[in-house]
Amino acid sequence: MNNKVTVENLNVHFGATHAVRDVSIDIPANSVTAIIGPSGCGKSTMLRAINRMHDLVPQARVAGKILLDGDDIYAKGTDPVAIRRRVGMVFQKPNPFPAMSIYDNVIAGYKLNGRLNKDEADELVESSLRRVALWDEVQDRLKRSAMELSGGQQQRLCIARTIAVKPEVILMDEPASALDPLSTLKIEELIEELKERYTIIIVTHNMQQAARVSDYTAFFYLGELIEWGGTKRIFTTPDKKQTEDYITGRFG
Amino acid sequence: MIAVNSLFGRKTKDRLMTALMAAATALVLLPLGMIFFHIVRMGIGSINLDFFIHIPQPTGEAGGGIANGMVGSFLLIVIASLIGLPIGILGAIYLADYGGGPTSTVIRFSADVLAGIPSIITGMVVYALLVVPLHGFSALAGAVALALIMIPIVLRTTEEQLKMVPITLREASLALGVPLWRTSLKVTLRSAMTGVMTGILLAIARIAGETAPLLFTALGNQFWSRKLTQPIAALPLQIFSFAIAPYEDWHRLAWGGALLLVVVMFGLSLAARYFGRIKH
Ligand SMILES: Nc1ncnc2c1ncn2[C@@H]1O[C@H](COP(=O)(O)OP(=O)(O)OP(=O)(O)O)[C@@H](O)[C@H]1O
Ligand SMILES: [Mg+2]
Repeated sequence: MNNKVTVENLNVHFGATHAVRDVSIDIPANSVTAIIGPSGCGKSTMLRAINRMHDLVPQARVAGKILLDGDDIYAKGTDPVAIRRRVGMVFQKPNPFPAMSIYDNVIAGYKLNGRLNKDEADELVESSLRRVALWDEVQDRLKRSAMELSGGQQQRLCIARTIAVKPEVILMDEPASALDPLSTLKIEELIEELKERYTIIIVTHNMQQAARVSDYTAFFYLGELIEWGGTKRIFTTPDKKQTEDYITGRFG
Repeated sequence: MIAVNSLFGRKTKDRLMTALMAAATALVLLPLGMIFFHIVRMGIGSINLDFFIHIPQPTGEAGGGIANGMVGSFLLIVIASLIGLPIGILGAIYLADYGGGPTSTVIRFSADVLAGIPSIITGMVVYALLVVPLHGFSALAGAVALALIMIPIVLRTTEEQLKMVPITLREASLALGVPLWRTSLKVTLRSAMTGVMTGILLAIARIAGETAPLLFTALGNQFWSRKLTQPIAALPLQIFSFAIAPYEDWHRLAWGGALLLVVVMFGLSLAARYFGRIKH
């Protein structure tokens, strides 16, 4: 199997809190891996380790390895900025840049990093917005503020912004939890399409969602990876009792 | 009848408190109104074209204006801002986005101490550190003194504003592969810009009226200054020296200068409020 991301003995501490405990997992390329587990079990912490988001939290300590195409992203001399260009992230609450137009939000990754010529920008904006199925809804108001969009539209805009910089892996932390059912459905359809080109890791609290969109599922509990494998197997015949209890709603 | 009684009591208390607060408001507004009224009454007569385009006449002669003081103050403010704003703003970015360690504590403490130092002492320090070694009073020394007053104000107001920018916005930018320093400048600072502008304008308003730090640094000048290494005239200094001089005509200029300064401050405060209100 072709693994895009390999996590080896990952530990994350926040001061005295041991949030991720000795986790090892493989993330196959061009697939969707769901991370599930009760609140506070370290799902977001695990996810944010994969694009070195913890670098900015002074009390966070990360130990272990995370290989991206075989290279440790925590190796000495690795530039976290370069890693984040390859590993994009979509957040729980849609967070478009409020001072930017819809158009500028899509190309924000380029604009903030320097310049982009007009033709390239136009093309990138259209193709990115088409990919997230937002083009038809916004093409006649590209210069308006991104804050005028609905929550679901904003989240698709954030996904467009993420894919515009052409990452290889996309991390999604409960990307639909702030959205209505219809917008959620659109996001799920989008994830299905995106996995052709990207490797996707998604944190979700919604069991049905995990079952619907993911190929692989990992169950976390109290910072530990209890078990992981093909989604179908995890949801039908899990090895561990804790997994079964959680999936059937007996706790969490 | 107890219920009615207490109801009556509550209403009376309500009225009493309202009246007290109205009185307190009036007490705050009254001196402000009186100062403004008095300065307008005394100063308005001096305001004419000559006032703006001429420099002061030699001692005892009638006429003249404060053109050199206006230009001098403007230059001092511009140079002080060129020195003080980058330091204050970059310091605030450091505190908001890079800080956390002992360096931050040291910076915050220094800024608080600097803000608390009486401005005449700032002037004396700059006198000792710049004027004495360079053998002369100068516009540059004056600007440095004003910048020192500006820095803590800009630093702390900017830091407050930057901290109000949601962390999610920074993360959005970082997750796109934008380096932290670009994120700080182009996302965090930009988002906080209106609030930062308010702080900048208030800092400018504050230094526009400062007199004490200029006494030992810019010194003042009856004429135009040609170089920034020479003493330079400034509005507050002119008001001071004209006001203590025994000439009726200079008193007139002092009142005119005071009026101008108050109007400028008022304008800056209004602009600061305007920036404080607009939201994108
Ligand atoms: N920046 C931080 N500083 C200190 N502790 C943190 C920080 N971020 C997370 N933690 C702690 O790490 C643990 C795991 O948190 P995490 O956010 O990863 O949980 P989660 O599984 O994503 O929960 P949820 O489902 O509620 O989002 C928690 O105990 C949390 O309090
Ligand atoms: Mg979480």
